[in-house]
Amino acid sequence: MQNIWFIMKREFNGYFATPVAYVFIIIFLLLAGFSTFFVGNFFERGEADLYPFFSMHPWLYVLLIPAISMRLWSEERKTGSIELLMTLPISVFEAVLGKFLAAWAFTGLALLLSFPLWITVNYLGDPDNGVILAGYVGSLLMAGGFLAIGGCISALTKNQVIAFVLSLVVSLIFVLSGYGIVLDFFSGWAPKALVEAISSFSFLTHFDAISKGVIDMRDVFYFVSLIAIWLFANAIVVNSRKAD
Amino acid sequence: MTLRIEIDNLAKHFGEIKAVDGVSFSVRKGEVLGFLGPNGAGKSTTMKMLTGFLTPTYGTARLCGFDVLQNPIEVKKNMGYLPEGAPAYAEMTPDSFLRFIADIRGLSGADKLRAVASAAERARIKQVMFQPIETLSKGYKRRVGLAQAILHNPPVLVLDEPTDGLDPNQKHEVRNLINEMAEDKAIIISTHILEEVHAICTRALVIANGKIKVDGTPTELEAMSRYYNAVSVKVVGVESEKVMALLNGLDKVSETELLQLDAGCRAYPVSGQAMVAELSQAIRSQGWEIATLHVEQGHLDEVFRNVTTDQAMQGAA
Repeated sequence: MQNIWFIMKREFNGYFATPVAYVFIIIFLLLAGFSTFFVGNFFERGEADLYPFFSMHPWLYVLLIPAISMRLWSEERKTGSIELLMTLPISVFEAVLGKFLAAWAFTGLALLLSFPLWITVNYLGDPDNGVILAGYVGSLLMAGGFLAIGGCISALTKNQVIAFVLSLVVSLIFVLSGYGIVLDFFSGWAPKALVEAISSFSFLTHFDAISKGVIDMRDVFYFVSLIAIWLFANAIVVNSRKAD
Repeated sequence: MTLRIEIDNLAKHFGEIKAVDGVSFSVRKGEVLGFLGPNGAGKSTTMKMLTGFLTPTYGTARLCGFDVLQNPIEVKKNMGYLPEGAPAYAEMTPDSFLRFIADIRGLSGADKLRAVASAAERARIKQVMFQPIETLSKGYKRRVGLAQAILHNPPVLVLDEPTDGLDPNQKHEVRNLINEMAEDKAIIISTHILEEVHAICTRALVIANGKIKVDGTPTELEAMSRYYNAVSVKVVGVESEKVMALLNGLDKVSETELLQLDAGCRAYPVSGQAMVAELSQAIRSQGWEIATLHVEQGHLDEVFRNVTTDQAMQGAA
């Protein structure tokens, strides 16, 4: 168990050893701010909440999280450091979990740094801070989902660009599967149960409720189990492809 | 237990390619095994299986009694491994990198600091401890990898080309380091620098096409060379052709050869036996004066070539 912490710590510090961390955080905050005010019409809505901010997160994450997750494993495979890591006395699960938690903590930090928005909305009005907290929790859970997907995909390839593009596409599928266009594509020929299943896989469906302040355990369970499944797949991929 | 590494019919096939094809050997405490072979012979693949990075197609390896397939964590605890190319985390400094390794190796507090300091000292990287690894020269990177491998003072060391890319001074230091540690460890090093075999190995194993070709001491390996116990001689004031004619008449001489640059001639012995005494006796009995005389060592590179190319040495060793 302690090994998870050591791996997480190393990985987390690794982000800050290069400009990657700073670039990511700045871009994330700029885009989040931009989308809140210009796309989400924060002021025009005249409501004291952060819904415009949170509602953009699925799209922000689709674009930005693959940039974090792409290096998780493909860089290790490319530089060969995976051979060093996997011949240390640790299990694959410890490595997978440690790396995932580092990336998750980093994303959490970026999310936390959006606090001026929270201050703004509290200064301007009298928002329900419980709803805002739920929004942050939901957003963090969703980020974990995207990271788990991206981490698994980055273990498939040594090429970070391929990892980025593939993660972006798969993440997009997980977001869009709640969208009408995608469901229409299936509803023509697939059984109704399948269409519903596809819809229920969408991040949007599960995130929307949480971001409005409704923490339904089913939504939480959805994200937690999704993360667990992708991490499990990640471990299998690492085990079978580490030496290729 | 003196048998630290036991490799039992280990094989790795990549589709049709038999990278390692049924290799068995063992290494005792105090032994430094030189793992020789051309590129692609299966050296690294064997090491990767021994260290639990690659899963064998069949066969297994035991390290300090632990089976690498059944108990990989215990195996990894008991060894230090320098993978080929000495990979490390480029953005870290040697100091933070070694601290990370120490954490994983279960060292903490004063033990951790002592282990990091001692490994840095022995691998001679103290002066670069706080520079990012990616900015270091090839030689320093290799020694950071070495420091990582010896950090927890493991009973077994597996070093894949530890001196590759080092300059002669650095090679010398690394060899000294390996010699210092040899006594209470079992060490496998792979190399294709043959002089290294003499400098550090107590035993050498030549592998080609995934199979072990020769397993013996460096001297045994040299004895397989046609140069082993050959004698080069130059006689004052006598033409080398005449000397060769004389030497060819001796029982123990199989053939002779004229050396270039007026360096005299060389006589090869029948089946590697020592013959310098008879030879100098024969020359003196002619009343000739010997200018230079020297007994050749076996040429390892020649043995290596013979063993690893297809004209295999039948029944040798």
